[in-house]
Amino acid sequence: MILLTRKAEFSASHYYWNEAWSGEENERVFGKCANKNGHGHNYTLEVTVAGAVDATSGFVVDLKQLKDVMEREVVGVYDHRHLNKEVPEFAETIPTTENIAIAVWNRLDGKIPGAKLHRVRVYEMPDLFADYYGEP
Amino acid sequence: MRAYLSRRYRLSASHRLHTDAFTEGENRAVYGKCNNPHGHGHNYVIEVTVGGSVNAETGMVCNLADLDACVRKEVVERFDHTNLNGDPLFQDRVPTTENLCIDVYQLLAKAFDKAEVVRVRVEETSNNSFEFPLQTPNAARC
Repeated sequence: MILLTRKAEFSASHYYWNEAWSGEENERVFGKCANKNGHGHNYTLEVTVAGAVDATSGFVVDLKQLKDVMEREVVGVYDHRHLNKEVPEFAETIPTTENIAIAVWNRLDGKIPGAKLHRVRVYEMPDLFADYYGEP
Repeated sequence: MRAYLSRRYRLSASHRLHTDAFTEGENRAVYGKCNNPHGHGHNYVIEVTVGGSVNAETGMVCNLADLDACVRKEVVERFDHTNLNGDPLFQDRVPTTENLCIDVYQLLAKAFDKAEVVRVRVEETSNNSFEFPLQTPNAARC
């Protein structure tokens, strides 16, 4: 088995808000992220797949296919969008970096031909990132 | 669902790699330029990874402000702009980045109670980095 990682980038806006809480509570917990006008990031997505190296092609996965799946399932849906308002999985789930990593996993799992999803890493900024390995 | 959050912090410190267990010649042979008696310094990057269930109310493994405050108090304020050899942790141990990495992990694992500290990775330079402890979630899937 070998691991292969492909990167992609998308830019999106979001804000953090829990409707069950008061405005003061949201601002206390989420700070500047609770601004309902939103703010944005340049996200970097790293998708790592695991699989055996095919004896003929020498590939774990056809990178073109992986790139196309990431583009269709994630980048095309998230890029230049407001995550809270335009992406269905964040209508009622706060688009934190952790939740974005989980959502990307759910979008990609089972759709990568010939390889198993190993890890989804989402960088919100170069110094802050979340990893999800499909753990319950 | 269990997820992992990583945050990178920076600190600058000096150190000298030297042990009294070696002769002067052995120290020079083993540690090379790092044995310079006057010491030298690095801009260290401390990458801290915490793991835990994503809280349904906040969408977070832990609040970043809590992690930032803990790392600042336990690690950055302790080591930034200091000579590592002068820290009590390195009175009898060489302040290699391996040892610094282990100590930073142990300081944070003990002090941070909002999520599990699962890994500390320290970059001494952009070419050298060290991780402790070795944990690979999902290893069984490989």
